[in-house]
Parts: sequence; C-alpha cells; structure tokens
Amino acid sequence: MSGVFYFISAVTVAGALAAVLLRNTIHCALALAVAFAGLALLFLSLDAQFVGFVQILVYIGAVVILVVFAILLTRDSEAPNQGVYSRTWLAGLVITAAVFAFLAWAVLASLPGLPRRAVAPAASVQDIGNALMTRYVLPLEIIAVLLTAATIGAVIVAMHEKARSK
Amino acid sequence: MLGEGLLKGLAETARNFVGSYVSKERLTTVEYPDERIPTAENARVFPFLVYDGSDWQAGMRCVACQICEKECPPKCIYIEKSKDKKPDYVGKQQFYPTRFDIDISVCMSCQICVEVCPFEAIKMDTQFELATYDRFGGLLMDREQLSRSNEYYHNIHPTEASEVDAHLAEEKVKVEAKAAAAAPAAAKPPAAAPAAKPEAATSAAAAPKAALAMPTPEAEASAAKPAALEEAPPAGGKD
Amino acid sequence: MAATIDQIFVIFANWVGGFFPAAWHAAVVDVLGVIGIVSVFPALFALTTVLERKGLGRMQNRLGPNRVGPAGFLQPVADGIKSLTKEDVVPFTANGIMHFLAPLVLVVTVFMGFAVLPVGRHMQLVDMDAGLLFFFAMGAATELSVFMAGWSSHNKYSILGAMRAIAQMISYEVPMLLSAVAVVMIVGSLSLPDIVSMQDQYSGVWPHWFIFTPWGFAAFLIFAIAATSESNRSPFDLPEGESEIVAGYHTEYSGFKFALFFLGEYLAMFALSGLGVTLFLGGWAAPFSFLSFIPSWIWFFAKVMLSIAVFIWLRGTFPRLRQDQLMNFAWKFVLPMALLDLVVTGIWRFLGPGWQQWVVCSLILIAAYVVMGRTAFAVKHFGPRRYRYAE
Repeated sequence: MSGVFYFISAVTVAGALAAVLLRNTIHCALALAVAFAGLALLFLSLDAQFVGFVQILVYIGAVVILVVFAILLTRDSEAPNQGVYSRTWLAGLVITAAVFAFLAWAVLASLPGLPRRAVAPAASVQDIGNALMTRYVLPLEIIAVLLTAATIGAVIVAMHEKARSK
Repeated sequence: MLGEGLLKGLAETARNFVGSYVSKERLTTVEYPDERIPTAENARVFPFLVYDGSDWQAGMRCVACQICEKECPPKCIYIEKSKDKKPDYVGKQQFYPTRFDIDISVCMSCQICVEVCPFEAIKMDTQFELATYDRFGGLLMDREQLSRSNEYYHNIHPTEASEVDAHLAEEKVKVEAKAAAAAPAAAKPPAAAPAAKPEAATSAAAAPKAALAMPTPEAEASAAKPAALEEAPPAGGKD
Repeated sequence: MAATIDQIFVIFANWVGGFFPAAWHAAVVDVLGVIGIVSVFPALFALTTVLERKGLGRMQNRLGPNRVGPAGFLQPVADGIKSLTKEDVVPFTANGIMHFLAPLVLVVTVFMGFAVLPVGRHMQLVDMDAGLLFFFAMGAATELSVFMAGWSSHNKYSILGAMRAIAQMISYEVPMLLSAVAVVMIVGSLSLPDIVSMQDQYSGVWPHWFIFTPWGFAAFLIFAIAATSESNRSPFDLPEGESEIVAGYHTEYSGFKFALFFLGEYLAMFALSGLGVTLFLGGWAAPFSFLSFIPSWIWFFAKVMLSIAVFIWLRGTFPRLRQDQLMNFAWKFVLPMALLDLVVTGIWRFLGPGWQQWVVCSLILIAAYVVMGRTAFAVKHFGPRRYRYAE
C-alpha cells in the first residue's frame, strides 16, 4: 500500500509543482488538474469513495474548467514567453516553509489520536448523508446560501455590465 | 408550445422511415449505375450531325455553311469546307465539311448551333456517359464520331425528328413542284433557246453569288421564258 | 437453464479464474470483464455507425450506405481502414502534447464510465457504493478533454467550439444530476445494481420501472434531453455541426485521432443510454414478468439499442438549436423542471402508496409543464435589436 501511496503523492506533488513553475498558463491549469486527480486517488486509496468522486466531479469537472475559462477570457491568446519568477522569491520561500512547518506539526501531533489501520466500514455515502442532514445541517445550509449569493452576485454583475455597455 | 410540434415531427420521420420500406415514393433513390432512369425527351447534352440513309458521308445534311461555327459562344466547332460538291436530299449540289470537329470538353450545350442551322443538320444528342482517361483529344469528336443516322434521331427525339422530317419533306415537295412547274415551260419551242442563251448568260452572270447552285435544267427553263417579268421572280426567288 | 444462460458470462469468468492461484482470481475476473467491455462496446459503436447512416437515410427518403458488405453492414470496416491510413496532420503551432492527449483522455474517461453499469444480473464490473457518483465524475472529466482538444489546435474556431461545447455540457450536467438524484431519493442508494434490483419487481404483469411513475417519467425526459446534450448529439450539436463551425473542437484532427473522438462521442452516448436504462427503464429487468426467461443481458442491450434508435430518430427529425436557445432552454426550462421534479419525488415518497400519490404528483407536473411552456417561450421582444459589444 505504501508503494501506491508514494507513487500517487509523487504525481500530486509533481502536478502541483508544474502548476506553479510552467510558463504557459493553460499548461499550469492542466497540471493543476493532474494534482487534483492525484488527490482524488489518495482519497480513494483511503476508501473514502464519496469524497474521492466528488473531488473529481467538482474540482476537475468544474473548478479546472472555471480556471481555464477565466484564463481564456481574460488574457491575450499569446502564451507568455517570459519567466514567471518574481523578484521577491526569497520572502515567498520563507513564508512557504513556515506554513509547511506549521501544517506538518499539526498533522504529526494529531497522529497518536488516529487509529493505526483504516476502520473496516468506511464512511458510506449514507452515513455522510445522515451526518449532513442531522449534525451538520446548519453548515450545509450556510454553504448553500453562500453559493446562492455568489451565483446571484455573478448574474447581477454580468447584467450590470450588459446594461452599462448598451 | 407544449411540444406537439416535436411529436408531429417525430411522427413524420417515422412515417418516412417505415414508408421507405413499403412504398416507392418514400424512397426515391435510383442506384446509378445499376439502375438508370430514362432521359427526358428534350434532354440535350452534346451536338451530333444527322445523316439520311445508311451512308454517313453521302447522306450528311451539313453543307459546311459555317453558321454554327460562327454562332457558337465558346467556339468549340471547327469546320473545313470541301472543294467539291455532292448532292443533298433534294438533289442540289452542296458543299460538305471535310472536317467537322467539336471539342465537347468546351461545348456548353447551349443549343445555339441547332437553333441557327438552316439545314436541320446538327441536333442535340442525349448521351452523357462520355468520360475518358485520354486528356489530350479524347473529348475532341470528329465528323465520323459526330454522325448519327436519322433513325437514331427518331429514337432519341421522336417528336422533334418527326417535325424535322415533315419540314424537309415539305421543302422537297416545294422544290419538286417548282421543278414540275418549270418542266412544261422547258417543253416550249427550243427556238427561243439560242436567242435566250446570251440572256441566260447575262442572267446567270447577273445573278449574284447565289448560295444555291441552280440545277441546270431549271436555269435553262427559267432562261427560256420569254418574258423578263416571268424571269425575274424565279431568279429573285432562288437568290 | 434460463438462469444458467443468464449468468453464463459470470460462470465463464469464474471458470477461467479458477485456473489461476486464489490470490489472482478476482483480478483475472476483472480483467476478463475489462476485455468484455473493451470488445463489446466498440463493436456496438461500429454497428451503430452503420445503423445510424442507414436509419437517417431512410428517414430522409434515401438509402444509406449499401455497397460494402451485405446491405452495407461492413461499412465500419471500410471507415476504420480509411481512418487508420489517413495522414495525421498536426498544425504547426498546435501544442503537440495536448493535441495528442486530448482524444486519449476522452476515450479513457468514457471507458471508465462503463465500469459501473450493470449489464446483466450480477454483471457489473465494479460494485461500488457510490457507483452513480463515479459515473458522473467520469462524465465531468470528459469536458476537460474537449477543452484540451479545442485549445491545443490553436484555431479560433476550435476554441470557440470547445468553449461552446463545455458551456453546453456544464449547463446540462446539473439537470442530469438532479434527475438522477430523484431516483436515488426513492431507492435510497447510489449503487446502480441496487437501483436495478428495486425495479425488478412486478405488480401482476406490470413492471415497477421508474419511467412508469409521474416523477420518473418527467425525470426520464429531463435525463434524455440532458444526455442528448452531454454527448453533443443533434439537436444540440452546435459545437460540432459541420455547417456551423466546420467541426468545432475536432477540426484539426485527422485520421485515427478523429476516429478516437468519434468513438469517444458514441461511447459517451452508449454510456448515457446505459445509465438512463439503468435508472429509469429497469436496467436488465424484463418488461413483463412472463418474459424473464430471456437473459438479463439481452434485455439490457435491447433497451440500449432502443434508446440509440431514439437518438437517431431525434437526430433525423429536429433542426439544430442555436447556442443561446440551447442555454436558455437549459437554465430557464429544464433546470426548474428538474428542481420541481425533486420536490414532486419527495411528495411522492411522503404520500405513501395509494392513488393519492399518482394523482397529486401527475397534476403538479402537468400543471408546471403547461405553465412553463406557455410562459417561458411565449414572450418575445421583437423590437430594434440591441447589440452588446458592437458600437
């Protein structure tokens, strides 16, 4: 199992690095899709079926498409040929290292609390549904309201632009 | 707005689909070249030269007047006139073409050559399967390839051919009637003949380059008429 | 005897797996299943291309192809040879790797969708708890390949076609998911074999297919429209209509890559038909209880061929929808009907068995359909045309 884990995580990290380091923005978006796919595979390897498939459905199927559309609609069609390294790369590296150290400490410190092996009945979709409808119904509704507000806001912004450019 | 139009459309296509297996009118495909539909009677593709009788050289109606060559819009006809003459369907001596080429890769099937021909010599054929691999002359048809008999013409355009034959028969009858009418005049006393000979010579010289060569007995018959009034109309009529 | 023929492929796969050590048994059975899928569905694709051309021809008062083989049924062989021997033209400014990968991504993700379809009793490749979700995830991943194809060709019309195709696919994904969710609400499980087993019951002779319920019928119609749009089929094939935009996002593809796109599109059509059959038409269940001696996989493929015939029928009948008409239809008609259908499904379940559920649900759906049909498409502002970007 660990061999599979290393392979999938190598793919994920490579995808994420490519998403940051490649020159062509569209290539970066597609490398991001590869990273998302790697994450989905990690979820699936942990028997979290629902989350894995939702990761593919939502992230690769919608978020990457959104990113790609945003790039296409807001940029020139010419792919930028200059490098994407900024001059403040040292500060960025320091901050990244700090965030990584914090996350690693959080994960490693919580390891003793987790069971050694994956529990046999993984959280089935029914359990997730039950939990969402009983214990986590308030966050669900708040997220729904947030999404609705975002959608309505996008429509209003687009409508205003249409009315203004008439 | 409730989708009835959609359902009607679906019903129509379904009717087409099922009907194409049972009725001929719902499947109008003709699987060329395995099946062919007969061409219409007034179809026209490329010209051909009509000949009467069985010998294409002797019976060819074309007299090389070169009107079709001049009228052809893309100039696809090339005619060379002969030096001698041969008799036509009424017996008159006419020129004939020693060379009559039509380049059917140029011909645009406009039928103008047919419309202007005064001798009903060139008509439109209906054959279109003339594709050839020979790029450099395979589509240049000479007068032998272009000649088709009058029976063939009757086969492909029966109505037209009957009209043309009727017209030519009329002409022949007229010519023969004139010949018959002039014959009794020829039986008049030959005493007028020597005196009429210089007149005949002058009238023959006076008659301008007539396109028609007059048959000899007729000229003598017209020249033999004593009255100049009777001479002039036939001479003018024959001009 | 009937049960043996019904399970003959399962028995065969287990018999072959018996020759291998016990640790490899399951893997061998899976591999045989994969071989089965990879051979059956492309063969079905070949058959469908001929049937479509001949069927469309008959609907248009002409013969279809009838020269190659008996009545033209070897035409796909000729088409295959043609596409394999054509020169593979890649534009000079095209992005080489993406141009190469796009058809592969399409075909791979579409094949993965077949893994969860229950082709017969106990005959799905993988029995997943969240099978339906997996199928939709694979469907969403196909949009990425469409974009890759369009953008990597470095061609205005390709990008335009790709963007239109993606917009169309995203818009119709939501009603499709919602109509499937209606089924999940009643069944209580996301696993496709469970959905089929629940439809495998009969009251007397009549089957319990979901299409014979009011909410199921509405959901089936919504699913059918959405599936036609997801696979870019007429009348929703603007992104690839030949007279509109050359060939849209696969303009710059020739030879075998184009054949792969073609294959991917038809396989998506089969997968969505298979899903529609599974969700609404009873999957591998026989239509009448006295017909259940016929093997289940025959029923599944018969129903899939029937839905393909309906797809071809739709293609031959309806004119193409313009992009804005398509999007209007999706967001202003199909999506509200799908949401209403969800509510009606809940009401159905709430009212419990009896005549009330039939009457109430049917009335709500019919009233909504009539009202929406009259209002949503009856209003036309015919005035001076307003241009958005042109000055």
